[in-house]
Amino acid sequence: MKQILTVANKEFHDGLRNRWLISITLIFALLSIGLTYFGAAASGAVGVASLSTTVASLASLAVFLIPLIALLLSYDSFVGEQESGTLLLLLTYPLSKSQLLLGKFIGQGSIIALATLLGFGSSAVLLYFQLGDTAIITSFAVFIVSAILLGLSFTAISYLISLSVSEKSKAAGFALITWFLFALAFDLALLALLVGVEQGISQGGLTQLMMLNPADIFRLVNLSGLDSSDVNGALAVAINASLSQEQLFTALFAWVVLPLSIAIFIFKRKKL
Amino acid sequence: MSTPLVSLIDAGKSYQQLDALKSVTMHLNQGEVMGLFGHNGAGKTTMMKLILGVISPSRGKIEVMGMAPDSKEAWHCRSKVGYLPENVSFYEQLTGLEVLTYFSKLKGFTKKHAIDLLEQVGITHAMKRQVKTYSKGMRQRLGLAQAFIGEPKLLLLDEPTVGLDPIATRDFYKTVDQLKSNGSSVILCSHVLPGVEQHIDRAMILSTGQLLAMGTLAELRQQAALPVAIKPIGLNGSVANDSKLNVFLTANCPNTLMVPEQEKIQVLKQLLSHEGLDDLQVETANLEQVYQHFLSLHESSAQTPSTKTPGVQG
Repeated sequence: MKQILTVANKEFHDGLRNRWLISITLIFALLSIGLTYFGAAASGAVGVASLSTTVASLASLAVFLIPLIALLLSYDSFVGEQESGTLLLLLTYPLSKSQLLLGKFIGQGSIIALATLLGFGSSAVLLYFQLGDTAIITSFAVFIVSAILLGLSFTAISYLISLSVSEKSKAAGFALITWFLFALAFDLALLALLVGVEQGISQGGLTQLMMLNPADIFRLVNLSGLDSSDVNGALAVAINASLSQEQLFTALFAWVVLPLSIAIFIFKRKKL
Repeated sequence: MSTPLVSLIDAGKSYQQLDALKSVTMHLNQGEVMGLFGHNGAGKTTMMKLILGVISPSRGKIEVMGMAPDSKEAWHCRSKVGYLPENVSFYEQLTGLEVLTYFSKLKGFTKKHAIDLLEQVGITHAMKRQVKTYSKGMRQRLGLAQAFIGEPKLLLLDEPTVGLDPIATRDFYKTVDQLKSNGSSVILCSHVLPGVEQHIDRAMILSTGQLLAMGTLAELRQQAALPVAIKPIGLNGSVANDSKLNVFLTANCPNTLMVPEQEKIQVLKQLLSHEGLDDLQVETANLEQVYQHFLSLHESSAQTPSTKTPGVQG
């Protein structure tokens, strides 16, 4: 455990030093405060928009940003150290492969989690002081926790990438493709399936398919609790046949644990 | 302790078609310094990785401190092993002290220990600077400090003196001698290093995964039977005219006599009898020549006999 914390501490400080924490926090804070105050601009009014509109717009932005940031932060965690030779050196230390991986995960995960909490939390607090509605705290809590899980999930996925390739530039390429697939292509494919194939897929089937994408689970978590008038597209269909919030959180959590376990498995079999 | 610290018994490693290391048997005792020599791709690094337990042998048996290094039981022994990899660039954005503190903590030591080590390798003045500002020699010193963490019982050093200036090299060998007198064993891995001879007890020569020769320098020299180079000064042409001496002259070095070890004294006496002799240089074959000898022997045995080069060379 001490070893894991030593690695985690180092990774966390790397995140601080590289200004990752401060920049992610700022991005999230600016985005969420901006959306909170000017989210209603589309409907012709400046001012605090309704809670569900705010959360809906935050979620649809976060679903692109968080995976991208997580992938950027972690894609070179292993392949980078492999290229510089420190990975081989670390493995001659009294440090197991799973300890190293978990340590990195805790360190980098903390950066993402803290940035999400501070960035989005700030606008939650601001909104709470403006409106004084406790519903804000609960919806933001759900949003922030699911956003953290989404970030952790993509951190684990980027470890998979980082461990499977042998060059940093390849890892970067794969990270970009992964982001594109999960954040954009997957939804387009679902939509095409929904529209193009008649009688092809039931609502239940669609929801099940969405479980294959952590980004979609995140969307479902945050949008299913809202008035469906604020939500449209393929999601609205899925939401009607929605799973319970607990089930969604479990699925999202599985998207953290599963890639992480596979990453450990790959790491253990990796030749150095 | 009479049991060897490290022993390899017919140990080898293969990757698919490639035999990175053919069967090697060797023992390393406590307090012994072993030089491991070979070209790139000779299997030096593979052998080190096997001893470190980072990879498992394809065949044979390896024991380090009485345990297989890749087993779970050997876990706690790892803090007693120091390793300097051949190509390592430490975390560039961290300071030297931060890097060493991180590695020290992983071995269960404190920041204080890291500071002491940085002092030992002589980069205390730069420890608050980022590693990316370090010169090649400073990086190498940092790597050495890393290998010295926790006064290891076994040190594996891959090309330790690359990039070190002569003073740093001397300091490095001093540290090796000191570790040795404290009972640590060292494996020094290198292309041939000038000046390494007096610091190693035994040498191993590897080529394409095969062990060519192993033994003390005297043993290897004997095995190689390389001639002694004797360079008389002040005799001008009289050596060439002396029928006892001119047989030892070779075409490519007209002023140097290449004399077999057993005839050395005879030739020296003969030379001393010449009036005009001002000075005399006697050079026994150095490690580099021994190394070249074994390599060329291996190459000529691997190739067709027609490409064989003459045995005696400068």
